Amino acid sequence: MTKTEIPQELFTKVVVDKDEREHIARPNLTAFQDGWLRLKKNKAAVVSLFVLVIVILLAIFGPVFAKHTYFDTDYSRIYQSPSAAYPFGTDQFGRDQWARIWQGTRISLLIAFAAAFIDLFIGVTFGAVSALFGGRVDAIMQRIIEVLVGVPQLIIVILLMMVMPAGIWTIVLALSITGWVNMARLVRAQILKLKNQEFVLAARVLGTSNRDIILKHLIPNTVGVIVINAMFDIPSAIFTEAFLSFIGIGLAEPNASLGVLINNGYQVLQNFPYLLIFPALVIILIMVCFSILGDGLRDALDPRMRQ
Amino acid sequence: MFRYICKRMVYLLITLLIILTTTFFLMKKLPGTPFDSERFSLLPADQQAQLLEKYGLNDPVIVQYGKYILNVAKGDFGTSFFYSGQPVSGVIMGRIGPSALIGIQAILIGLSIGLILGIIAAWRHNSGIDYFTMVIAVLGVSVPNFVAAALLQYYVGLKWGLLPVAFWESWKNSVLPSIALSFSVTAMIARFMRTEMLDVLGQDYIVTAKAKGLNQFKVLMRHAVRNSIIPVVTILGPIVVNLLTGSLAVENIYSIPGIGSLFVDSIKTNDYSTIMGITVFYSAFYIFVMLVVDILYSVIDPRIRLASNGKGD
Repeated sequence: MTKTEIPQELFTKVVVDKDEREHIARPNLTAFQDGWLRLKKNKAAVVSLFVLVIVILLAIFGPVFAKHTYFDTDYSRIYQSPSAAYPFGTDQFGRDQWARIWQGTRISLLIAFAAAFIDLFIGVTFGAVSALFGGRVDAIMQRIIEVLVGVPQLIIVILLMMVMPAGIWTIVLALSITGWVNMARLVRAQILKLKNQEFVLAARVLGTSNRDIILKHLIPNTVGVIVINAMFDIPSAIFTEAFLSFIGIGLAEPNASLGVLINNGYQVLQNFPYLLIFPALVIILIMVCFSILGDGLRDALDPRMRQ
Repeated sequence: MFRYICKRMVYLLITLLIILTTTFFLMKKLPGTPFDSERFSLLPADQQAQLLEKYGLNDPVIVQYGKYILNVAKGDFGTSFFYSGQPVSGVIMGRIGPSALIGIQAILIGLSIGLILGIIAAWRHNSGIDYFTMVIAVLGVSVPNFVAAALLQYYVGLKWGLLPVAFWESWKNSVLPSIALSFSVTAMIARFMRTEMLDVLGQDYIVTAKAKGLNQFKVLMRHAVRNSIIPVVTILGPIVVNLLTGSLAVENIYSIPGIGSLFVDSIKTNDYSTIMGITVFYSAFYIFVMLVVDILYSVIDPRIRLASNGKGD
């Protein structure tokens, strides 16, 4: 075998520009900016977000700008079909259905947001404490969860509703007593997974304090899971509220919630279908939008989707 | 496996005991007696006392609680206050039939339509039928079942007169409620099946199967569907929960003599013992289904190890 001589001068040092090496190919985005960029590409989710904003605005300002309050009765104008004066018609007491529907939407949304927020608060705290403390604390907290998971939520909510005085906050309380378990499980699973990942180890090796690891690494990476779960909590709370009012143990007249209105409309469905159709459409619209938006957020915020 | 089942059984009992206890004390907090308050107050005092004595309502609460737990353990849920003199367990048993029938029919409808939609949607990914399936999947979980039931009753039953609107006379009466209940099942299964199929269709063994020259249909049926249908078992739990909730409203709307309508009726009439009986019945059923789903899943898919430390879901 002959050796090929390579002249010394052919060897040149590879010079990598120091700036080039450290160059970051794309702008540094936080997880949320990144998620927002991806969410914006999802047309259905953006439309849902837009529709939800409109519905929420109507729920806030609709009753304010309505010509009649939601509880004003006027027996000279009962069961009027939808018209220019009463866009959604009037009910059996001559109450303006337009005002009632937006008042009902307001109450339903209020209940849903409040319940989701309480679920989030209890669930995240419980899950995080359980995952971070580990050991006996975790074991005991997990046993509690395992027992609670077996409890059919709706049954407990119904029983509580029977015992407590009817009202918005009763529903919120009943919903959140059972609703946080799922959130706690998800948060715990996510934190347990993150805790053993290399970037947390790296942070530890670099001497990051426990507090910073929790605040800067664990929590931001859990927010996605929390937001997504809360997004699915809201429609399920709206459904449960409507369901309770429909079977007659939720809110009661003259209060309005979407469930109360649907129940009311159902009673006179044969003769005045519009009294059922409009509140039903509103609740369906809200549920559809939340569910599409939730899906969109899941795709957008899931870090595994990051390319 | 055996150890796992035993462990789960213990949890099952603890959960049931907690539900039982909670229900019992909540019921005790309810205002009034289960008797018609107007007529009860008209009774002479000694008869009032007799009635209270008969139903054991004079004992201290804790004694009542102990007696109740002991009786439940023996399968005795006490006597219904409303259906005077009838044992609660008997009342519940008499109501299972209709509920089971519409529940099973709803699952069958949902399963068949859902699976077909899911399979076609994944196979023809991004086609018209795929979008259609996604719309169905979103609508199915977004339209509250009582709204669907009310609209079906109004249009199909009343306006078009195709099917009976209410009551329980022949099999025909079970069609509309079953359809109303099946929407969410269809939606959940279609969506789940579609996702699973898309995942499986991207696997290497599908490419291999195609490369071997197997025809499209065989690849789909033998390799893709078979492998994606297994995980559907996991959503049976949520589906059953959905049906239980749904049945409360749907049975009421269609006046079906099932457990759901019995529950709602007993809530309205303050029939404590029936409420407690149904609560226990529902909870036991629910917990049992969850257990069966978990066991079934580990039997079908050996990659799942039940007895593992249980960390991380």
